[in-house]
Amino acid sequence: MTFTAPVLSYTLLSPILILLGGALIGVLVEAFVSKALRPVVQLTLTLGTLLLALMQLWRIRGEQSLTAAMGSIVIDGPAVLLQASILIIAIISIFLIADTEHFTPLAAALPGSAEEREAAQSGNQVTEVYPLTLFAVAGMMIFPVASDLIMLFVALEMLSLPLYLMAGLSRRRRLASQESALKYFLLGSFASAFFLFGAAYLYGFSGSITFAGIRESIVGGGGNDVLLLIGMAFLSIGMLFKVGAVPFHAWSPDVYQGAPTPITAFMAAATKVAAFGAMLRIYYTVFANAQWSWTPVLSGIAIVTMLLGSLVAISQRDVKRMLAYSSIAHAGFLLTGVIALNKAGLDATIFYLFAYGVATVGAFGVVTLVRDSSGEVTDLNRWKGLGKRSPFAATSFALFLLAFAGIPLTSGFIGKFSIFSAAYESGAKGVVIAGVLSSAIAAFFYIRVIVLMFFTDATEDGTGVEIPSVLTQATVVISAVVTVALGVYPAPLLSFISDLATFIR
Amino acid sequence: MKWLTLLMLLPLAGAAIISALPKASEKAAKQAALGTTLVVMAATIAMAVGFERDNVDLQFVEKYSWIPSFGINYALGVDAIALVLILMSTILAPVVVLAGWNEAHGGRWSVKTFYILILVLETMMIGVFAATDVFLFYVIFEAMLIPVYFLIGGYGSGERSAAAVKFLIYSLVGGLLMLASIIALYVMSGAQGGHTFDINRLSELQMSSTTQNLLFLGFFIAFAIKAPVWPFHTWLPDAAQSATPGTSVLLLGVLDKVGTFGMIRYCLTLFPEASKTFTPVIMVLAVISIIYGAFLAIGAKDIKRLIAYTSISHFGFITMGIFAMTSQGQSGAILYMFNHGFSTAALFLVAGWMISRRGSSTIAEFGGLQRVTPVMAWTFFIAGLSSLALPGLSSFVSEFLVLVGTFTRYPVHAIIATFGIVLAALYILIPVQKALHGPTTPGNENLKDLGLREKLAIAPVIAIIVVLGFYPSPLLNVINPAASHVISQMGFTDPAPTNGGK
Repeated sequence: MTFTAPVLSYTLLSPILILLGGALIGVLVEAFVSKALRPVVQLTLTLGTLLLALMQLWRIRGEQSLTAAMGSIVIDGPAVLLQASILIIAIISIFLIADTEHFTPLAAALPGSAEEREAAQSGNQVTEVYPLTLFAVAGMMIFPVASDLIMLFVALEMLSLPLYLMAGLSRRRRLASQESALKYFLLGSFASAFFLFGAAYLYGFSGSITFAGIRESIVGGGGNDVLLLIGMAFLSIGMLFKVGAVPFHAWSPDVYQGAPTPITAFMAAATKVAAFGAMLRIYYTVFANAQWSWTPVLSGIAIVTMLLGSLVAISQRDVKRMLAYSSIAHAGFLLTGVIALNKAGLDATIFYLFAYGVATVGAFGVVTLVRDSSGEVTDLNRWKGLGKRSPFAATSFALFLLAFAGIPLTSGFIGKFSIFSAAYESGAKGVVIAGVLSSAIAAFFYIRVIVLMFFTDATEDGTGVEIPSVLTQATVVISAVVTVALGVYPAPLLSFISDLATFIR
Repeated sequence: MKWLTLLMLLPLAGAAIISALPKASEKAAKQAALGTTLVVMAATIAMAVGFERDNVDLQFVEKYSWIPSFGINYALGVDAIALVLILMSTILAPVVVLAGWNEAHGGRWSVKTFYILILVLETMMIGVFAATDVFLFYVIFEAMLIPVYFLIGGYGSGERSAAAVKFLIYSLVGGLLMLASIIALYVMSGAQGGHTFDINRLSELQMSSTTQNLLFLGFFIAFAIKAPVWPFHTWLPDAAQSATPGTSVLLLGVLDKVGTFGMIRYCLTLFPEASKTFTPVIMVLAVISIIYGAFLAIGAKDIKRLIAYTSISHFGFITMGIFAMTSQGQSGAILYMFNHGFSTAALFLVAGWMISRRGSSTIAEFGGLQRVTPVMAWTFFIAGLSSLALPGLSSFVSEFLVLVGTFTRYPVHAIIATFGIVLAALYILIPVQKALHGPTTPGNENLKDLGLREKLAIAPVIAIIVVLGFYPSPLLNVINPAASHVISQMGFTDPAPTNGGK
């Protein structure tokens, strides 16, 4: 057996490589830099890495290549757009993560043990979270650009494993946090297994693990369709799990609630971009010619996801759980864009992912601000009268909710309009009607929260709003500005997306 | 000169000035709001002078590309219908500010916020009538809900937050139905010569009659909720009862007109065939609204609810006039929209003063106000007479035109609707008798009569009611060409009047 030296296009891969390099340096920082300096060093390093990757990405926009990593990675317009979205979301999430108040001082210590107290008193901080974030971001960057099944699986694991860990790092309610991490891990492993199972069948169907090879087999016909169907089904399950679509959504409310809020923000926003990015590529390029076998199923899943997410959210009493169900509903809206299977659908989904991701980080950013003496307050009843105590937090949260509800002049409306019109154009009228209906249902619970914050008198129970740290404030403000700007004047971003977003195969 | 954009920017500028004022300066905020609304009114009148009344095309047209990837433009323009309604809105705005000088004080938030919301709302009121791009219209139509929601929920009384939520949910559901129709129009336009939201180009779309019917319903239900037409009216009494009088004037006088305006501008223009198909049903709904609203008003114990119910009846008349498909009916409906704005404003504002003096809005608590507060009582009386369409007051002309226009095509509906007038006499005269006449109810002896500010606020409204009652032709001359244009565009001609027996 001869060894072929890999031919890599380092320029095109540079954003990913920068992230991996930064993550590795981060690990070294953990080992060699003194405890006192670590938080500052890690934060600077992580931010620098992300910014550098973003700058590098800007330089390679417009490039197209199928052979960046010997056929395993494809760089094209959608790839750049999705990677940029992930990086921007990561940057504003890092500001939230930098508030160490949310993280346990010592992840290895048993909850409530003497060891833990000692660590808390000595001011210990889990700065490991920074390199973990970078690894996850690198995985997310690879996921939507992978162009063979092995790379896709590696990326999936690479983005998931750090997230499983990070979900368990909460400072308060550590048991719940660890439980959520375990739950996420176990269900995630199942999903990975399904994914691999599907990949194996697709290999059996086409004799190839590359996207191009599988597509050729589909286009050429003649293969064993049963293998193809099983393969598509199981591969889809793996990805639908990651985006939290019904019926693979069970993990998300618990994990959203249990994980430290900054991690929830990052996970909710960035994972969606990565997973939907991969789905877009797979369904738009690989499975496009088999659309008659998957669109009906995916339409059904989209409808159920939108309706169930919206309906169940109504009964939630915890703000993080409510946002979790809302994100399930949004997964349904995004699936509508995947089903559309046209250029408009691709543009719309990418826009929606970015707009929704930014608003999500902002919304969770506000959640981190509402606290009492024992930490965050996520019980909605205690959010009463927030508008009076903190106009900043309440107003910006209301804005994000209005964006989720798709009220005009927010980014959410443009997103919904573009995604629904794309789906309607492709003939998926039933899905659009279900989408409009669930938007109406969803509006109900978003408005209920606004009523709580503005029209209900506060109960005096010490729930207050932390003087926001500069970084958290920056996150909320940036997200709010982006949300409004994309609602009022989305034209530049829309045309940027529509110029770039064309898959190459 | 970009009149319409200027009109929309002026209130925003006023809002910016108010927000820059120091927190304690409530009086300055009020003065700034009054000044701004007066300037807007003057500018609107200046614009209206330049309106060519025989020209049925859109005038003062502006168009800029807004979101080119979807073919969305920031496009404004007015025909006579929109012009009349914008005129009404901008005249009502300073009246509301002046009349409700102190109504922001009981609110959850500052006085400043109240006036900022009012001014932002004024911008949107102008925009919603001026938009000629369906997408822009929808954006303003929906975005308008937010300031009203906060005005009701933050500054109202009683069950204000519940009323605000009810209002918002009803409107949002209607809006989403309309959105579905708009998306369908957009997609069809893409298949027929390029994506667009231009109202004129959308009206030329070819579509099957089933599609047209469905899309028509999407728009019509949204407008019927807004207007409100029975059976979509249940949000209105709660909202009107809870909102401050000024907000109620804007809500019933202006915002609800968006519903009836939308029926003409969007339902009739975009879906002429479907409009004809659904006319029989809508006419029945309109008649039910007229009679049912009147009965509810007769039974009302709360004066604000009473006014809301009378409006349901009046909106029945307007809807009937629109769908009678005759030029008299159409002119009458448009004139009715204008007149209803002022008669409702007069009723609500005077009722508001009565309520704030007495501290109660129950009709039974008043009594004998005629002796204690003669000026207030007389204004309420005149406003009431205008609401029941007494000849010589403005509403009479419009109600008469609507009935005449309806009779030529739908005699039965018109006759039943005429009973609405009889009922109107009841629902106005009973409370007038209870509240104004008879012995003075204990506790009312020391109520103060209207002050100078209140007289100044109500005087122009009463003047408009009286003057247009005797001399409606300046307004009708503007409205008639537009009304006939709508009718002829739909392929209708007025039925020849029969001359008595056969």
